[in-house]
Order: sequence, then C-alpha cells, then structure tokens
Amino acid sequence: MSTTTMIDEIESKTKNFLVEEFEIDGTVIVRDAPMQETLDLDSLDYVDLVVLIQENFGVKLTADDFAGISTFQDFYQHIEARIAKP
Amino acid sequence: MERVVITGMGIWSCLGKGKTEVEASLREGRSGIVMDPVRKEMGFRSGLTGHVEMPDLKNVLGRRQRVGMAEEAFYAYVATAEAFEQAGITDELLQREEVGILYGNDSSALAVVESVDALRRKKDTTLIGSGSIFQSMNSTVTMNLSTIYRLRGINFTVSGACASGSHAIGMAFMLIQQGLQRMVLCGGAQEVNPIAFCSFDGISAFSVREDEPTKASRPFDKGRDGLVPSGGAASLVLESLSSALERGATILGEVLGYGFSSNGLHISDPDLNGQVRALNMVLKMADVGPADIGYINAHATSTPIGDTVEAQALHSVFGGSKPPVSSTKSLTGHECWMAGASEIVYCLLMMQGGFLAPNINFDEPDADSERLNIIERPLNKRVDVMLSNSFGFGGTNSSLVLKRYA
Repeated sequence: MSTTTMIDEIESKTKNFLVEEFEIDGTVIVRDAPMQETLDLDSLDYVDLVVLIQENFGVKLTADDFAGISTFQDFYQHIEARIAKP
Repeated sequence: MERVVITGMGIWSCLGKGKTEVEASLREGRSGIVMDPVRKEMGFRSGLTGHVEMPDLKNVLGRRQRVGMAEEAFYAYVATAEAFEQAGITDELLQREEVGILYGNDSSALAVVESVDALRRKKDTTLIGSGSIFQSMNSTVTMNLSTIYRLRGINFTVSGACASGSHAIGMAFMLIQQGLQRMVLCGGAQEVNPIAFCSFDGISAFSVREDEPTKASRPFDKGRDGLVPSGGAASLVLESLSSALERGATILGEVLGYGFSSNGLHISDPDLNGQVRALNMVLKMADVGPADIGYINAHATSTPIGDTVEAQALHSVFGGSKPPVSSTKSLTGHECWMAGASEIVYCLLMMQGGFLAPNINFDEPDADSERLNIIERPLNKRVDVMLSNSFGFGGTNSSLVLKRYA
C-alpha cells in the first residue's frame, strides 16, 4: 500500500466516523482545515474521539498527541505514523 | 401555604406513546405485556415484560445531549416534552423562572454493565467513552433533563425503590406548598432492558404465566403468581396555583396530600401498619375522609404477599366506604421506579376523561381482595378525588391524593 493510499484510507474512515458519530458536516472536513476549530469539540467530546480513533485505527491518542496536531492533514499523518510504528 | 396544581403531563409506556394512546389503552383495558424470548435465552425464569418502544431522538437532540442519556432518560425526555407542551412551558419561561426537577429513578443498570464490559475488553478507562458516567448514575434523568432544558431550580433524583416516582411528586408538592419553588418538573423513569431486571427475576418475583402474557399481571386475583416488569417514563408539571393562574395555564388537577412512612422491618416484605400509617397521613394532610375518596389506584403488583397486605390496608382504612379500586399494573405490569408517577398520569387521564380503568384479569377474589370494590371492567364514572398508592423495597410507602380543580 502506497503512502498516498494509506492517507486516503485514513481520511475516508475519519470522515465517516466524524459524520456518523459526531454529526459533523462532511464538507468542512478538508485536509488543510484546522481540526480543533472545525470540530469544535469540548473535553468530553475528545474522550469520545479517542475511543473512535482507537476503534478505527487501533491506536490510542493522548492530549499530548493532539497538542501536536493542527490540521486534518496533520492528524492523518500522525495516525499513519502511529499505525506504521505503534 | 400554596395550593399545588398540575398543569402538564406526559407519558411513554407500554400502553402507548403519549397521552392519547395511553388513554385509549386505559379505556379499553388493553394490556401492554409481551413475551421476550431473549430473556429466556439469557437464563431468565420469566420472559414476560412490558413492551416499550425506544424513542428516536437523533434529529431531536444533538449528539452531546444524547451521549450521556441512558435508556430511561430517552423515555423521560419524550414524556417531558409532552408535559411541557401541555403546560405551555417555553424556553423563555424556563430562563425567566427557577423551574426545578425532581425525578424518581433507582437504577441505570445497563449503562453500568456496558461500561464495565468495555473496561474488561479494552483494559483502559478512557476507552469507556465520555457518556457512560452520565448514563450510569441513578440521576441520569435529572442530570440530562436539567441540562437540556437549562433548569435552574431544585435538581435531584429520588431513589425510593418502587415508590420513587410517587415520592418525587410528594417532594415537589411540599417544596411548592412551602413557597420554595413555583414550578417543578417531576416524574419517574424506568429502564426496561433485561439487564435491569435480571436480579429481580432471580428472586422469583416475576409471573411465569408465559403462555398468556396479557393475563400474567393479575393484581388481587386469587391465581396471581408474580409481577411483570415494565417501564418507560412519566412527567408532570407541578406548579403553585398562583403561578398557574398568573400564566393562565390549564389546570389538570390539584395535589391535595402526600403521605409517607417506612415499615422499619423486612427488606422485601410489605407491612400493614406501615401502609395504613401512610394512608392515614395522606388523608389528614389532604383534609379529606375515607368516604371522600372516589377511586383508589392501588399499588398492587400481582405478587401474592404484596396484594394481600395492600388489600388488608385498604379494607382497614376504606372498609366503610368501599371506593372503586383498580391496579393499572394489570395492564402495564410493574413500572417500578416510574410507577408512582405514571399512575398519577393514569389517574389524571381518568379524572379528565370521566372513566375508571379496569383491574383486568381479576377473575376470582381471594379472602382479602373480596372485601374491596375492585373494578373488573372499564367504568364510565366521574370521580373528583383519587388516591394513588406506591410501596417499595426497604419498606418505603407513599400515598398521594389528587382532586379535580375547582
């Protein structure tokens, strides 16, 4: 699987659970959009986001991980790196 | 002291989704009891249950609002929306007034089990998710409804076993009577899932008349063999008379009294003395005599000992006047934490509709129930003063008296 395909797959899964579970408008989930502002999540929502990420990608993110993530592209790359090297 | 009236009510039960459907079931004597094969597969002694539909709130409430709501909170939301609509409670009013909430609930078992299952599976508490804590607490209904409706008055849950809903109304009644609250949303909620009832089934409290589900709940009948679990939610808007008159609200009825007692004896056995004390207290507070009571909605759950003791208590207090008696649990099964509130809704529907719901399946009286005036069939009758009993494990007793507003 090429890197591009992996990112595409992560993006597709992410959009899917954000639309289905968080009821986010899928059209606002674009790669260069700021993730935190776009999702407008509170501290409790972040707990549920961690659950969904774990269920979808098998990796558990912490608050420190989110601190280093700005855009959706950053998030997809972070997940890709974690999957490659858990 | 303020007079206390009811200006709104809502109901979601095995008799129907909302007042209109429920009133039709009460008038027809239509049972909401079914057989649930899943319970038998799980190892239940009895697969009987009230059938309560889960409301779909996906397009009604946002995700953040729903995520902390347990099953019974979903029922309570739809019952409350109906009650608020009838009472004319708007968002603007809720921000202007300090409206309280007192709701009866005494378990949220499924949410607890699901969170522990998730922990055992994932071995990480974060991965349980954020909603579980708010679903798992007995106060799931009051926590969620107070947040959704932005209520700013009294706010707590009453856990008094199968009298929870009745005590919640009683507490609201006293707070309003004393002028501490002008308006309180109160009621009772009960989860219906199998997890909620497995341990109750385990003490052989449930009827095993599985071949005839609608005949299984038979309060006061000689052949009764246990209760049928059920649930849903019932909401009532209690309000001071002065507030209701100021708002021009339609008054559905008046709460005249709240009698309560504790048996101080066995954890599951009822007690004649305790029930009689609650009945005498409510009559005294309501300033009415036994002969003034035109209908009694009995607690009677269809258990051998429970119905016997209540029949003795009712005969002891009302033996001279013999008012009509029925247990709507013959139709609903035992709505447990919700029952004390739902049965007030049922009473108000009867009071307004000019009828009395029957105690179905009362085929043959026993030595105690034959001394009561038990209604076997629906009765068209205008009744102005009604009494509702609720008793629970731990020996908690609650009786409420309602009157047509005049």
